[in-house]
Amino acid sequence: MQSSAPLLSPDLALDARGVARRFGARWVLRGVNLQVRAGEMVGLLGHNGCGKSTFMRIVATLLKASAGDCFVYGSNVKTEGDSVRHHVGFFSHVPGLYDDLSARENLAFAATMLGFPSADIDAALERVGLTHVTHEHVRGFSAGMQRRLSLARLILQRPRLLLLDEPYNNLDVAGIALMNGFIRELNAAGGAAVVVLHDLVPAEGVLDRTVTIREGRVHVPTAADLAHGGASPQAITVPAGAAGIS
Amino acid sequence: MAFRDDLRRTRAIVWKDLTTERRSKAGFNSVASLGVTILVLFGFALGPDAQMLRDAAAGALWLAVLFAGVLAFNRSYQVELDGGALEALLLYPGSRWAIFAGKLIANLIFVTLMLVIVVAVGIVLFQVRIPAQWPALLGIMMLGVVGIVSLGTFYAAMSSRSRAREVLLPLLLYPMLIPVLLAAMEATKAFLGGDLLNASGAWVQMLALFDVIFLVATFLAFEYVIEV
Repeated sequence: MQSSAPLLSPDLALDARGVARRFGARWVLRGVNLQVRAGEMVGLLGHNGCGKSTFMRIVATLLKASAGDCFVYGSNVKTEGDSVRHHVGFFSHVPGLYDDLSARENLAFAATMLGFPSADIDAALERVGLTHVTHEHVRGFSAGMQRRLSLARLILQRPRLLLLDEPYNNLDVAGIALMNGFIRELNAAGGAAVVVLHDLVPAEGVLDRTVTIREGRVHVPTAADLAHGGASPQAITVPAGAAGIS
Repeated sequence: MAFRDDLRRTRAIVWKDLTTERRSKAGFNSVASLGVTILVLFGFALGPDAQMLRDAAAGALWLAVLFAGVLAFNRSYQVELDGGALEALLLYPGSRWAIFAGKLIANLIFVTLMLVIVVAVGIVLFQVRIPAQWPALLGIMMLGVVGIVSLGTFYAAMSSRSRAREVLLPLLLYPMLIPVLLAAMEATKAFLGGDLLNASGAWVQMLALFDVIFLVATFLAFEYVIEV
């Protein structure tokens, strides 16, 4: 079913083939195969430590895979990192902000680094509800406010592939609605998203399908898994593959 | 176009680093204090003999810059590690050299400012007579700073992912800096002593050569040390 040659279809936002990663002697990912089409929203589930975040970091070019290949809109994450970074927006556990800069300065820095120095920073701040703290230093922000500011950075970027690692953490109800609104907007524009989740409830109505990582591979859920809430009944499974790693 | 974008990114990093430093102040104060303390201790250890103080001035000055510089290099990446900003920095598109150039320029400005304070204190403490060819001496000092900062910024990036970075950075940096420190110290000493025999020429050439080697090597290798 899977060919060894990369399938450079422009329809595929993400094409991971046997992606494996080890830390020391421990294999965290043992050959993840996952294809995400443009315009598709995929939930990534799994227990703590199963490798969800590791997989997301590999796709985002923050970590190198020990084996396997991964393509984002046809660009290889190993060899064409810069091209991949133009497409990918990563919303991680950590806010990635500078405490001694104001909210506006953080966004202005991000806009310049992203190559959009004239981006509409005020509109992004207004959208995430932070206009009242525009000139305040991030040091005084709550965790939820920092998450909103990180979201504003993604709004400036408008990536074609959104990688969200537990995006609803520290967000209140309005923040969750804001996040879902952004995901839907991106979806309407033809973008794709992979969303790491522990709880499917906040992402209700946003995802097209879910997949589960177990023992370092994309897992085919059984009826028992579904009964235990391991994946949603709508889960579409992706064939598990191996990269020649036991 | 891509080059111009990278230059814009470099400028943004310089602005960001200097702005965060100016606002927190903790970094510059601690670095400058350490540099001055080292000079004061050397001054007291050497005693009141004016000639001995003058002879030791160049060595004490460069040691103060080195030790205080290591604090500065560690701190320049600590800002990135707090709150996962380094991760965000690496996620931006563009060449990796733009990040290194930004960090390097910010550290150059930072260490140069520290050098101004250390030199001013050193002139008083070590009873140094400012030589007639002081612009050339300034040039030598800048060559020394470029060598120390290029390697310091590079190794600070390399050790930033390690939990023992405060220990690792000096272990990596000090041995590699020996030729630069030796050349900078000897050239400075020759100029402070009047350099009647043009003894500094070979040291200055050596210093410039090592600067070029370090700058080229660190720019080329940065991409490989910053990625995991």
